[in-house]
Amino acid sequence: MMRRILRPVVVAAGDRTPSSGAAVLAPPAPIRVALRPRRSLRSRRARLLLHCAVSLIMVVWIVPTIGLLVSSFRPSSELSRSGWWTALAPPFHFTMSNYENVLSQQGMGRAFVNSLFIAIPATVIPLFVAAFAAYAFSWMEFPGRDLLFVVVVGLLVVPLQTTLIPILKIFADWGLTGKFLAVWLAHTGYGLPFAVYLLRNFIGSLPRSVFESAFIDGASHVTAFFRLAVPMSVPAFAALAIFQFLFVWNDLLVALIYIGLSNSQNLPMTAAIANLVNSLGGGWYLLSAAAFLSMALPLVVFFALQRYFVRGIVGGAVKG
Amino acid sequence: MDSRFLTALEVVIGVPAVLVIYIWGTERVIGILGERWKRRIRPWLWLLPAIGFLGFFLVYPTIQTIIRSFQGRNELHPRWVGLANYKWFFTSSSALGALLNNVLWIVCLTFFTVGLGLLIAVLVDRVRYESVAKSIIFLPLAISMVAASVIWKFMYDYKPPGTPQTGTLNGLLQVVRAGPVAWLQTPTWRLATFALIAVGVWMWTGFAMVIISAALKGIDPQLLEAARVDGANEWQVFWRVTFPMLGPTLAVVATTIIITALKTFDIVYTLTNGNYDTEVIANLMIKEMFVFGDFGRASAVAVVLLLAIVPIMAFNIRRFKAQEAVR
Repeated sequence: MMRRILRPVVVAAGDRTPSSGAAVLAPPAPIRVALRPRRSLRSRRARLLLHCAVSLIMVVWIVPTIGLLVSSFRPSSELSRSGWWTALAPPFHFTMSNYENVLSQQGMGRAFVNSLFIAIPATVIPLFVAAFAAYAFSWMEFPGRDLLFVVVVGLLVVPLQTTLIPILKIFADWGLTGKFLAVWLAHTGYGLPFAVYLLRNFIGSLPRSVFESAFIDGASHVTAFFRLAVPMSVPAFAALAIFQFLFVWNDLLVALIYIGLSNSQNLPMTAAIANLVNSLGGGWYLLSAAAFLSMALPLVVFFALQRYFVRGIVGGAVKG
Repeated sequence: MDSRFLTALEVVIGVPAVLVIYIWGTERVIGILGERWKRRIRPWLWLLPAIGFLGFFLVYPTIQTIIRSFQGRNELHPRWVGLANYKWFFTSSSALGALLNNVLWIVCLTFFTVGLGLLIAVLVDRVRYESVAKSIIFLPLAISMVAASVIWKFMYDYKPPGTPQTGTLNGLLQVVRAGPVAWLQTPTWRLATFALIAVGVWMWTGFAMVIISAALKGIDPQLLEAARVDGANEWQVFWRVTFPMLGPTLAVVATTIIITALKTFDIVYTLTNGNYDTEVIANLMIKEMFVFGDFGRASAVAVVLLLAIVPIMAFNIRRFKAQEAVR
């Protein structure tokens, strides 16, 4: 009995760790335990209703994805004749041919590699650029510091669309359109406001005493940055890296504008799939496999590093 | 392939190395200056790369776009046309339709994601499989909007009546002998737009839920217990204690969702490309740019989008300043 009561508390405590702000406010465990019996006193009908509601929501949210997954393994001839749910009953007809097809003939394999080539440098560069700026905003005194940071916060919401035409023109003049370098640079620029904001919030909230005693001992800013700020901010860097990686991997607009128009060989998966949707209305069997391929990496990242991902979202939006 | 791999490797290792050498090198160079000058110059050297990128990719092009929106379509030698592009925007039925759709997106997406996010956060807080439920709701946020669009293409698929339905929703309707409904091809009552918004709700509810849930767990249970001891029922506890305490969090979530709704592009581009009365501002801009080649009008559309976001930007900055005052 005791174990049954305690378990939800453990889950709740585990969930709380992502946001360091909330952890401070976390209630002492005994109070939580004391609350539970009171809840279980509520009528059994209400509990049942609660479980039904949560289960229903879970089903509604997962069914679309399962539909795609099942469809991607069905033969193309059956896809247009019956719904994916019929495949769940015998006789089972599953095949890998959609995946083989999409990888070999539709250039999806190439697009997958392109996505990686685009996403990894476009994650690494802004991380470093933002780290130095965030440190300067946190631990250096200079006139106009607060104003400048407010400008960065303001830039957070500037829509990409307002920047496309002038940048495209410059890239065209420099012969950069269609090259990976164009998207690396663009994603660095577009990702920086959030990166600086998130890192400065984290680095700025590190204990002041640590830095002050380091400076008294004669440490320079360079030493303080590499020996104190960076090692202490690893969780923030991890959250930011995941974010930026997923943002770039999932991006369509930037790739479409700076690469798509001049060099379709370098298109990432998102743009290749969007082209596939527009060019073949009935090519369902290809579409399902392609879409699932593009989801595979984000899903792995998501399940492996969910905690950092959530921390990044909560830290970026709320903690401030 | 090989050369691309090498370039990527060079960038991944080279750029951080260059930045580190830059910081280290400038520290050496300003070392010859006096302490006072060092302290004045150093912050700007550390900020320079970031300011460079922000200036080049966000500030400068935004100003250029604003200027360009007062010029004509000819790309090489654009002429000044005054407010003609804006006049076009606010008189053409397609642009106004896009504007109306964006308003629908803002209202519905915000209402449903925040509402559902709150509801789900409160519900899963009381069950033991909370983390599993949260992962499932949250999962769509990790995938691209393009992949989400493909997923929902399968949900909304429509086959003429009498033939077996392959779309999940029409399959369900068939069970109760209703439908089929051409979800994405019906402009009446803007059904197609609402169908697209539903995709957005599916994607973004997880975002609202995670943030609200974190705030929910930050509320001191003693406070809730005190209310219960005073005789409040669960309903009253929620609306009188929990909900007001979540206020600031809900505002933050809502502003983020509003910005997302304003910038909506991928879902529309992939699923309908603006047909069947589903056009939105962001997609309209891309069309003006690449289908009609009118950079003047495209710039004007982008500026309208920017102007719509300015109040939210102001709100964000005010909230940020209030937060800083607390620190």
